[in-house]
Parts: sequence; C-alpha cells; structure tokens
Amino acid sequence: MSSASNQDYYVPHGTHWPIIGSVGLSLTVIGFANFLHGTWSATPIFVGIAILIFMMYGWFGTVVKESLAGTYNAQVDMSFRWGMGWFIFSEVMFFAAFFGALFYARMYSVPWLDGGSNNDATAQYLWPDFEATWPLLTLPLADKFEVAKATMNAWGLPFINTVILLTSGLTVTLAHWALKRRDNVWLVYWLFATVALGFGFVILQGVEYVHAYQDLNLRLDSGIYGSTFFMLTGFHGFHVTMGATMLLIIMIRAAKGHFSPENHFAFEAVAWYWHFVDVVWLGLFIFVYWL
Amino acid sequence: MYTETTHDAAHGEHHDHGPAKGLMRWVTTTNHKDIGTLYLWLAFIMLLYGGSMAMIIRLELFQPGLQWVEPHFFNQMTTMHGLVMVFGAIMPAFVGLANWLVPIMIGAPDMALPRMNNWSFWILPFAFTMLASTTFMEGGAPAFGWTFYAPLSTTFAPDTTDFFIFAVHLMGISSVMGAINIIATILNMRAPGMTLMKMPLFVWTWLITAYLLIAVMPVLAGAVTMMLTDRHFGTSFFDAAGGGDPVMFQHIFWFFGHPEVYIMILPAFGIISAIIPTFARKPLFGYSSMVYATASIAILSFMVWAHHMFTTGMPVAGELYFMYATILISVPTGVKVFNWVTTMWKGSMTFETPMLWALGFIVMFTIGGFSGLMLGVAPVDTQYHDTYFVVAHFHYVLVTGALYSIIAAFYYWVPKWTGHMYDEKLGKIHFWWSTIAVNVLFFPQHFVGLAGMPRRIPDYSLQFAEFNMISSIGGFAFGLAQVFFLYIVIKTIKGGEKASAQVWEGATGLEFEHLPSPPPYHSFTEAPPVK
Ligand code: HEM
Ligand SMILES: [Cu+2]
Repeated sequence: MSSASNQDYYVPHGTHWPIIGSVGLSLTVIGFANFLHGTWSATPIFVGIAILIFMMYGWFGTVVKESLAGTYNAQVDMSFRWGMGWFIFSEVMFFAAFFGALFYARMYSVPWLDGGSNNDATAQYLWPDFEATWPLLTLPLADKFEVAKATMNAWGLPFINTVILLTSGLTVTLAHWALKRRDNVWLVYWLFATVALGFGFVILQGVEYVHAYQDLNLRLDSGIYGSTFFMLTGFHGFHVTMGATMLLIIMIRAAKGHFSPENHFAFEAVAWYWHFVDVVWLGLFIFVYWL
Repeated sequence: MYTETTHDAAHGEHHDHGPAKGLMRWVTTTNHKDIGTLYLWLAFIMLLYGGSMAMIIRLELFQPGLQWVEPHFFNQMTTMHGLVMVFGAIMPAFVGLANWLVPIMIGAPDMALPRMNNWSFWILPFAFTMLASTTFMEGGAPAFGWTFYAPLSTTFAPDTTDFFIFAVHLMGISSVMGAINIIATILNMRAPGMTLMKMPLFVWTWLITAYLLIAVMPVLAGAVTMMLTDRHFGTSFFDAAGGGDPVMFQHIFWFFGHPEVYIMILPAFGIISAIIPTFARKPLFGYSSMVYATASIAILSFMVWAHHMFTTGMPVAGELYFMYATILISVPTGVKVFNWVTTMWKGSMTFETPMLWALGFIVMFTIGGFSGLMLGVAPVDTQYHDTYFVVAHFHYVLVTGALYSIIAAFYYWVPKWTGHMYDEKLGKIHFWWSTIAVNVLFFPQHFVGLAGMPRRIPDYSLQFAEFNMISSIGGFAFGLAQVFFLYIVIKTIKGGEKASAQVWEGATGLEFEHLPSPPPYHSFTEAPPVK
C-alpha cells in the first residue's frame, strides 16, 4: 500500500499538456465531421493529429525525464501499473462491442431475417428469396450494396499474419528477458524484431485488404459480413499500428539505455499492450476468418 | 534511489506552494480540489442549461395543442435535455465529488495520476460546446431521443449528428480516464491502515462505479462508431437490408445504458450512507452488507439490459429471463434501503439540511424503485413502455435520487470545502421548496402515463390536460428553486459562519477528524493515522 510518508509521492505542479491535447482532439474530430460533410478539406484533421502528436511527445517526454531523474517512487510506479492495466481492460471492452455486433449478427439478426424465431411471416413477406448463411454473401436487399463474391480464406494471409503476431509475442518476451539480464544489445535486437514483425503484419493486412476489395469485392458496404470484417480487422490493425509505433519508441529509448532491470515500466506497459493486441487477434482469427 | 521531491523539475519550485494565480491556475491545475471544483461548476452550469430546456418542454406541454415550439424543435429539446443532464450534469457532479472527497477520505496526498486528472476534466468543456453548438447549426440538434436509436440516428438524422457522435467519443475518453484515475487512487493511495473494509462507503461505491465506467463507456463508444460508419461508410450494422438489425443497436446501447443508470446512482448510495449515520449519531447498521449489496447490484446490472426492450419482439424466453433478473436487483437495493432505515432506528436524530435531502432521497428514490419494479414486469411493461410512466420512474430515481444526493453532498461537505457554513434557513427553504415542487412535477406523470400518454410528443389528448398543467407548474417551481440554489452556493463560497474542523457533531472520517475546514491546498502530505 502506501509508503511511510506521502511526501515521497510525486504530485506534479501544473501542466499545460492536457489543454493542448483537448484542442488537438477537438480539432481532429471537428475537422473529420466537416470533412465528411464536404465543408472542409482534410487539412484540419491533420493539424489536429499533429497537435496531438506534439502533445504526446511533450507529455511523455516530461514523464520520461522525471522518471530518469528518479522522481518516481515505487508507489508512483504502481499507479502507472494500475492505470495501464485498466486502460487495456477498457480497450478489451471496446473490442467487445464489435465482437458483440458480430455474434449478434451471426446468431440472431441473419437467421431472423430468414424467418428464425418468430419472424416467419415477416421474412416471407419482405424477402422470400433471402437465405441465411454465414459468411453472408446474399443480402435481403442486394441492390443497395456491393455484394461480395467470395469469403476471405483463413489459411492464406490471415494465417501467416497469425504466425507473425504470435512470433512477435515471443520476441517481445525475449526482449524482456534480455532486459532483465542487463543485455542491452539483445534487448534492442529483439525489440527490433518485434517492431519489424508488427509493421510486417500491418503491411500484409494492407495487401489482404487490396485482395478483398479487388478480387473478392468484399468491402465495407458489402452488408453485415463486410461491415463486421472490416470494422474488427480495421480497428485491430489500427491498434497494431499504435502498438508497433510504441514499441519503436521503446526500442529507441532502450538503445539510449533508458531501462534497467529494476526500472522499466514503460517497456512493460507496451509489452502488455502488445500481448493484448495479440490475444485480440486470436479471437479475430477464430471468429472472423476461421469459423 | 529516491531522495527528494521536486514538484516541477524545470522550475524547481518549493513544496508548500499554494495555487497559482489567475485563469491559468484552473487550466493547468493538477490539484484534486481544484479539479473537483471545476467538475462541480461544470455540472451546475449543465444543470441550468439542461434545466432551461426542460422549461421549454414543460412550457409546450402546459396546454394541449402546439403552443410555443415546432415539433421538431421539441424533439431536439427532449433529446438535448436528456443528454446534457446525464452526461453533463449528473456524471460530472459525481466525478467532482470523487475528486474532492476520495483523496481526503483515504488519506492520500492527491489523485494517483494528477496530470491525467486535469485532462479528464478539460476534455469536457470542448465536448459539450461541440454538442451544444449543434442547436444553432443547419439541421438542428440531435432530435432522436437521448437513447439515439437507429435508424433515427443513422438513416434519418441530420449532418449535425456527427458532432454528437464525436462529442460522445470525447465524453467517453474523459470518463474512462477519470475512472482509471479513481481506481488507481483507491487501490494504491490509501493511508497505511486504511484497509478496503475500512473505507468509507462513498469510496467503495465510487470504486465499483469506476469499474462500471471502464466496462461500459467503451461499449458506448463502439455503438457510436458503428453509427458513424453506417452513416458515412456504407456499413449495415443497424440496417436489415444488409443483414444487420436496428434492434442490435438497442442491445448494444442498453448494454451500456443499464449499467449507466447505476453509474448515476451508486455514488449516491455512498453519499447517503455517509450522511444518515452522522445525523442519526449511530454507525451505519450493516457496513459490510452495504459493500456486498453494491457489488451485487453492479454485477447484476450487466445482465438486465433488455428490460428496456420488452416491446421489440424478443423471444418469450428472453422476456422471462430479463424480467426475473430485473426483479432480482430489487433484493440488494432493498438491503440498502433497510440499512438506512435501521441506521436511523432509535438514533438521536437531528434534521439539518443535508439530512433533509438525504431523507428526501430515501423516500422518493424508493418510489422510483417501486415504479421500476412495475416496469420490470414484462407483461405490464408492454402497456407502460414509452409512456409518461417511464418518464416519472426515471425522474424519481434520477432527480429525487441522484440529484438529491448531489445536493445533499453539497450541503454536507461544503463547510469542509470552504470553511463556511451555508445559511441553514435558506437550505431548508431550498429543500422544502424543491421537494414540494418536484412531486407536483413528477407524481402526476405516473397517472397520465398509466392512462396512456406517450412520451416525447409535443401534443396530447385533452383528457391529459389538467395533470400536464399541474406538472408544468411544478416544473417551473422546481426550476426556480435551483436558481435559488445557485444563490445559496455563491453566498456560501463568499462567506458565512466559520465551520469547525468536524463540522457536524456526529461526523466521522479522515476528512472531518484530521483536516481543518477548509483543508490546506495540499492535504495529507503526511499520511494520517487510521484507527
Ligand atoms: C429498482 C430498480 C430498478 C428497476 C427494476 C428499473 C426498471 C426499469 C425498466 C424496466 C425500465 C424500462 C421501462 C420502459 O422503457 O418501458 C426503466 C427505465 C429507466 N430507468 Fe429504471 N429501474 C430501476 C432503477 C433505476 C435507477 C436507479 C435509475 C437511475 C438512477 C434508473 C433509470 C432509468 C432510466 C433513465 C430509464 C429510462 C430510459 C429511457 O429513456 O427509455 N432506473 N427502468
Ligand atoms: Cu435499466
């Protein structure tokens, strides 16, 4: 629990990073909304994102400086740990919403559109020819959508990507072991491998998307199969990109010798995050691609 | 390893500084008391803003027929009123109370993550400005109800809906950061000896609330994200034509929505559990049963969401399950009410203003609980659903429940915060004025609801006229009472009789036993002893 004296707990005095962050965040989303409405160009979005990056650079930079100066005691470290842990939990729940949509579509909405439960008369009346299948390639009202021609094969690129992510989970653990035995050289090497695997994953995902759009006509607007497919994999891909970027930063910090076996919370936080992204991918592979 | 605390590496400031001066103090502050104050003021402003929209609603409903506003504008008012009150008034008020109270209740120097604390707050003014500005844009504010059901909010909604969507994203980010901070503070910052089962109930209820928040705010964010892609990127999550389902929206929304109503009431339970023992001069009847009841309510709240959807044509098995699960929640809720009542049993009671609000809470929250029980019975909810009976139900739990507890908390702790007693006479007038008005306002809504008056409609049949007029009169009186409250708040901050450290004769807890009123800017630089 607490150390003997609360004086040791570092309470920073004043900060201007949050308000900068709020401005950046607001500009990004207002810019995005106006971009969607065709009233603004995309520039404000990028300015907003640039402000956000500047904010994060400054904010984390301050924290890194304080950490290296030994400002944080064990209790502060523990606050960071709780913070990161529950942040990841909230991310899990974010994914849960999209997984929930996938399961609901597969178990309820699609069968019910075909007359399941108590919907027989409605289905007969509205779309007598519709047949429930999963992945759903025929739609109740096909002419509104870009109907996909085929489903994504799980055992091609998606499987390779599974192997890549699982391997990266291993390399980040090897990096951690290297860190714990004070082997900075191998720490950086293994981190480099992890970062490379992470960005490799993202690139292959891009290749897969091109394949989906060009060869399969599987698109965001291909009905519920395309919607869930791209929402889940896209949101995950975004998380991989963030995770890999954070790993890259950790690698640079590792190369500068920022971490010691006793003090390397930033490394651990990013490693946790990476494992989380990894586990979510397994869920995706099973429920989106495979079953 | 660790030697000395420097508060700002760049400036090397001394430890015992007070607050900075001017506006930048509030913008850059990392102090839990400052941030608590900011949250509370934001909540009050939002209460008055949401309240003014309620006045427009009651004005239109004063008489049958269309009197003052266009139906579309009326829909904007009901929608924005709900959104502003839920996300702008009640939730930030509780977060403000948590900021002020949790650290001083557990003997911590501040919140665990002070910089993030600042950001949690400073996202909100931006989010609400964005949301409020839609009223003045082409297409108008959101008009699809605070529950924003698809396809009203997807296919049929104006462009301004996207600002609403992003405002919800921002509120979500703020709430999740706030909740994480509260969890880290409670788990990691307690003074030595402050074991979990010694924590004041307000701290316990907030710990559990924070878990509800990090579990469901991301789901809400997911829901609005799918709305956004349905609106602009051709997905069909909530569109049956593409294999989705508008009812899926309702499931996802209420998976958030029902825990959300507990987010708005659990901290209230904590407040009442602090106030009743003080003025009954008896310890709480069953502390641990309160903790367990809170935890069970929180867990059950994830399993009852479809009681908001009894009329969507669910399979009968679903109706039955959600009915029984809903009714089951009344058991731990009853445990709480009986706990408060038995705490008062044979106590030496006095009735200062905070106690009046707390008693008002117990009586009227229970009325809301009973109407909730009625709504939870699936076959009769088919009749009550989307009528004014539902409106009466949730206003009893939210206004005379959540809001009453917040006002009670204000009167109970404001002498601690400012060092000034509020004016007891004015406080009592505020209570009686509000309580009479609020019942005139909401009680008749039970009757018109049972008789079939639908909610969210600007006009109604003639047989509902008398009750609606009575309700509107109560509404205006209640609204005015809260302007009077604003006067009391300002008067108390500016001055008043000096409050002692303990403030109330029967008050217990670290904040009353170990801190002067007002507490220093940085309290508990040394961890206090905990008995
Ligand atoms: C005693 C436990 C409770 C039960 C059994 C209960 C039950 C219900 C039911 C069945 C409905 C749906 C009615 C309908 O739409 O037909 C409902 C609506 C509602 N309840 Fe409760 N409730 C309880 C407590 C609460 C509490 C404590 C709050 C908030 C503090 C709350 C807030 C609401 C709100 C806001 C709605 C309306 C949502 C809407 O706009 O449609 N309820 N309640
Ligand atoms: Cu509910």
